Amino acid sequence: MAVSMVQALNAALRDAMRADDSVVVFGEDVGALGGVFRVTDGLTADFGEERCFDTPLAESGIVGFATGMAMRGFRPVVEMQFDAFAYPAFEQVASHVAKMRNRTRGSVTVPIVIRIPYGGGIGGVEHHSDSSESHYAHIPGLKVATPATVDDAYSLLREAIDDPDPVVFMEPKGLYWSKAEVALPARTAPFGHALSRREGSDVTLVAYGPTVPVALEAAEAAAENGKEVEVIDLRTLVPYDEAAVTKSVSTTGRCVVISEATGFAGIAGEIAAQVQRACFYSLAAPVHRVTGFDIPYPPPMHEQHYLPGVDRVLDAIEQLEWD
Amino acid sequence: MELPVDHLEQDRVAGLLPSPDPIQLIDENGAVTSGDVAGVYELPPVQTLAEAYRRMVVGRRFDAEATALTRQGRLAVYPSSKGQEACQVGGVLALAEQDWLFPTYRDTMSLVMRGVDPVDALGLLRGDWHCGYDPMKERIAPQCTPLATHAPHAAGLAYAARRRGEDAVALAFIGDGGTSEGDFHEALNFAAVFNAPAVFLVQNNRYAISVPLSRQTAAPSLAYKGIGYGIRSEQIDGNDVAAVLAVLSEAMSHARSGHGPMLIEAHTYRIEAHTNADDAGRYRDPSETAMWVPRDPISRLERYLTGVGALDDQAVRRVQDEAEAFAEELRSRMGADPAVRPEEMFSHVLAEPTAQLRAQRETVRELVMRGD
Ligand SMILES: Cc1ncc(C[n+]2csc(CCOP(=O)(O)OP(=O)(O)O)c2C)c(N)n1
Ligand SMILES: [Mg+2]
Repeated sequence: MAVSMVQALNAALRDAMRADDSVVVFGEDVGALGGVFRVTDGLTADFGEERCFDTPLAESGIVGFATGMAMRGFRPVVEMQFDAFAYPAFEQVASHVAKMRNRTRGSVTVPIVIRIPYGGGIGGVEHHSDSSESHYAHIPGLKVATPATVDDAYSLLREAIDDPDPVVFMEPKGLYWSKAEVALPARTAPFGHALSRREGSDVTLVAYGPTVPVALEAAEAAAENGKEVEVIDLRTLVPYDEAAVTKSVSTTGRCVVISEATGFAGIAGEIAAQVQRACFYSLAAPVHRVTGFDIPYPPPMHEQHYLPGVDRVLDAIEQLEWD
Repeated sequence: MELPVDHLEQDRVAGLLPSPDPIQLIDENGAVTSGDVAGVYELPPVQTLAEAYRRMVVGRRFDAEATALTRQGRLAVYPSSKGQEACQVGGVLALAEQDWLFPTYRDTMSLVMRGVDPVDALGLLRGDWHCGYDPMKERIAPQCTPLATHAPHAAGLAYAARRRGEDAVALAFIGDGGTSEGDFHEALNFAAVFNAPAVFLVQNNRYAISVPLSRQTAAPSLAYKGIGYGIRSEQIDGNDVAAVLAVLSEAMSHARSGHGPMLIEAHTYRIEAHTNADDAGRYRDPSETAMWVPRDPISRLERYLTGVGALDDQAVRRVQDEAEAFAEELRSRMGADPAVRPEEMFSHVLAEPTAQLRAQRETVRELVMRGD
């Protein structure tokens, strides 16, 4: 059956709630409305108000409340309505959620999942298209996961809910309506395992979330020019699967990292640094990055020029010293 | 030993509390009421109310046209303020030339009613830039989407204006949902502590997208949030433009004369869904919306003005014609694609673009040229 990413996420929440009574879902508009993207559709109706409920409109409150509940045995899965609307919760995330285990020498743990729809390409007005994954990946004590496919949306969310650590679960909202033939429940791979989405021997594209389909499309186009492109989907930014990326780039000798987030001081730069250290002697060209520009996410009429698209990926591949 | 705390003056406490019932000056039938229990607020002059009527009719037509423009793909999204015209229009009529408005995404109508070119006012929602008008020229902050985050700005601007000896008051619009955000509370506190001439108008339209007011607060009314910060507060019938004007004018002069900020809760209702993209059928019963139709801000004022002889059929038709002409002009001006220069993405990031930004701008320029 063709399942959308939204339906897969909904199924993961349902199955997790069924499997474990301590799993509770809350946030803004997650109840009767089922979330503005319908990821929590029907959960209140099917599991009751105590398991899925709307909160007052306050993100810091939502994450702080979840922290308190997690301290007494619950597994809260909270929804931030959009990437940029998670910023009021930043202090709770950075100062408490991420640090609790460390502060208390492992005595207090807060296995919360913070779901955040992120990224652009949906024609949203300002504050609705940020790619904030680098902010979270930069905070020690958090895991950061982001699916690119329908089966992974299910599998990674189940993993996130079961994980003993807090997980920032970044949902690529541009792919919410993408569909695939999958049989649920689907389990793909655990956290920290990147997956190869396409084999190739000439160049490695490292992508995650919204840039995976871009990388695949670029790989198709490059194949027409005789270049065999491998596409690696990171799936989790933290933990980062260094072994998988190193293995691929050691064979191809060329690497482009693709990310929608602004490039400067971002996750793509981190990966590039890891690759150049681990693969230095196999590299035929410097590692390139194709990222969002270093500007605030532009208004809808400009976003086609902002998003790292196939053209820019192909340009980057061309620049990899092919002689 | 006595604690070093002030004795609570009951008068002072009472002076901060809102009226137990919302202030109403004109009721649903257009009759002047004795709802003004406090006796402080005066019915605005007929000419002012006639002007409010005209703007509310034009404003509602503007709102309907904007929703229609979403269907034609001319706007990315539009959050309607239908039903909230009394606040939208009363709010800006209470402003003096030098005063500042801090609106939200819901308040495009108020921008237009303060005189912003409607095409510029719709810039954010059309999507050619984040703010289509010049805030410094209009004295209107960019419409704010991250909820309540503009409220501290209003407090700060009001405080700064006062320090500079300027006679400007800042009026911030905020939604009922927005009052749950920390920034709302921090704004009230700062405004009170620094005696900033700021007025906070909460348009309580009873919903934050799907979430009803009961999930935002357990307070007797949102206006009771003022007392904890030492802020004088009031609650009003937000569909009675006479009450909006009277109470807001009092609040503005309270602030202007150095008595500090004020918080007003306007009880109103969001007649449409949250935006054109929302489906209100999932969370509220149409019968509830129907209950608010007789409380309509425009029809009650029309009845009042007709009753006092300030409006007749001909004048009503004149205003409707004006509204139609306004909508028609807007439709035709919005029918053309706006000029979009991709390089502009790099123009306003910093005072001077960095070397990296200049290089990235070149990349875009080349890609665009190749695409043409
Ligand atoms: C900080 C933040 N969180 C969430 C949102 C998403 N959001 C946009 S409007 C809205 C509801 C706001 O309700 P209210 O304050 O009552 O204003 P209204 O829309 O009714 O005018 C929500 C949750 C946001 N814009 N900002
Ligand atoms: Mg509201």
